[in-house]
Amino acid sequence: MASVAMTLDANCIKRDFPALERIVNGHLITYLDSAASSQKPWAVLRAMDNYYETTHANVHRGVYTTAVEATERYEGARVIFARFVNANSKREVIFTKNVTESLNLVAQSWGNANVGPGDAILYTEMEHHANLVPWQMLAARTGAVLRYVPVTDDGHLDLSNLDTLLDGAKVFTFTAASNVLGTINPVRQLADAAHRAGAIAVCDAAQLAPHMTMDLQAMGVDFAGITGHKMCGPTGVGVLWGRESLLDAIPPFLGGGDMITDVHIDGFTPNELPWKFEAGTPPIAEVIGLGAACDYLSGLVLDDVRAHEIDLTGYAMDVLEARFGDRLKIHGPRDPNARMGVLSLALEGVHPHDISQVLDQQGVCVRAGHHCAKPLMRRLGVGATARASFYVYNERHDVDTLAEALSSASDFFK
Amino acid sequence: MPGLEDLYREIILDHYKNPRNRGTLEVPPAHRSDGVNPLCGDEIAVYVQVEGDTVTDVKIGGQGCSISQSSASMMSAAVKGKSIKDARLVIKAFKAMMSIHEPGHDPDAPPPDIKLGDLEALKGVVKFPVRIKCATLAWNTFAQGLDQFVK
Ligand SMILES: Cc1ncc(COP(=O)(O)O)c(C=O)c1O
Repeated sequence: MASVAMTLDANCIKRDFPALERIVNGHLITYLDSAASSQKPWAVLRAMDNYYETTHANVHRGVYTTAVEATERYEGARVIFARFVNANSKREVIFTKNVTESLNLVAQSWGNANVGPGDAILYTEMEHHANLVPWQMLAARTGAVLRYVPVTDDGHLDLSNLDTLLDGAKVFTFTAASNVLGTINPVRQLADAAHRAGAIAVCDAAQLAPHMTMDLQAMGVDFAGITGHKMCGPTGVGVLWGRESLLDAIPPFLGGGDMITDVHIDGFTPNELPWKFEAGTPPIAEVIGLGAACDYLSGLVLDDVRAHEIDLTGYAMDVLEARFGDRLKIHGPRDPNARMGVLSLALEGVHPHDISQVLDQQGVCVRAGHHCAKPLMRRLGVGATARASFYVYNERHDVDTLAEALSSASDFFK
Repeated sequence: MPGLEDLYREIILDHYKNPRNRGTLEVPPAHRSDGVNPLCGDEIAVYVQVEGDTVTDVKIGGQGCSISQSSASMMSAAVKGKSIKDARLVIKAFKAMMSIHEPGHDPDAPPPDIKLGDLEALKGVVKFPVRIKCATLAWNTFAQGLDQFVK
């Protein structure tokens, strides 16, 4: 069994998250769906409330004190985020609605300007729909061809043909980690391969940023997207990070206020970075909340977060295997060091929906379904899985509760 | 909060574990229609055979949870041998039990006078609104199939 991470005290961290005090169906909630969305610590809730209670005003406009303060808090969050992911400059940090919008921005603004008939777009078989559909739409618009890197039986990317697949590709887009299998992809290696082939590298970092140190300089990609609500931040805010030279070279995404320096009756001049890509009043409170979330995670130290999750994942795999043996299948890599704290489960004789329903009676929240990765589900040969995922506030006790609840589900349907 | 026993009645589990009318029919003369539950990815195939005015055979394929599978199984048993008109009435009655009504429905109108038999066991599903889609998947798919036989 893996050793206990001493640095993160999940039991103590739990108290930072008011929603984890909830009683559900007579039980204290056991929240195991953070891969879908994490809970929010007081620090984030208070930062947003405080903004609304003391300084709310629109940003980038007013000259009065609170408007200036609002702008400072909003732009301050950009600086926090830029440091959080080791970006070169805050000009490279664009606030969006979520990672889905971030990826759509790249597929539209960069894609329309750079992809033409016969060009190849490469993605992988383990992508979330958010990193498939925008590219499929781009291919339909431009006549580009779609290719994918297949997934092996043990849940890794099959890179044996990567160079052939990249031949003629303009873009290679991939997730840093699978939201179904937990597989961590070799981001640097994929980015380097893309660049050797003359393609840009785009990374869906939605499942990476909440759990590990995200160092854009080390990752070597050209664009990366994250989503705030999976990393202790609020819903309604995401980020697109892009290399300044690329962002400078491509046309704006949405048009409107804030994204211009001048507008005439017959045309406009786009604003400079990053505002060129931020049309209209942004989600100010949410951006401030995301900044607070980055500070909160930095305070926990992301290397410790990762160590804690490896420990918990290893513990969960050991406990579940010992208890259920062949009756339970955990999709994805067996080595907890090679995966995130995401366990997609198949329990013999019990459909994922029914697992989730029975577990809910005991206050245990797990996701059942296709997890917005239908091509991957087809590859796995299943319609749905039940997915338990861990975060900073989960502890071994939660795994024990899960195992107990799975047992009762198994008994119920025997 | 309703308990599990409201949802998973004995007879539902029986149909889940021993589904009736599973399989395929030759197309044509039968018609195959496919349904998916976009929320969860459950997939169902309903084969319908109609001779004259009668639903002579129904077979179910696909995969899904206990609620969608048992509902499909009970449905197949309930509509087999019925006239198209009566099969439609059963669909209507079942959907009414799931609190799904046709446009223009009068909320004060009495429920359709149809005996749902075993299907009554699924009544508890209304207390779990997210599962209503599971329970109605087969029915919507079957209704599409029936439409094919009406010129
Ligand atoms: C890997 C991955 N990409 C993209 C998304 C989409 O995130 P959002 O819905 O916040 O845009 C998710 C989360 O659901 C995800 O896990």
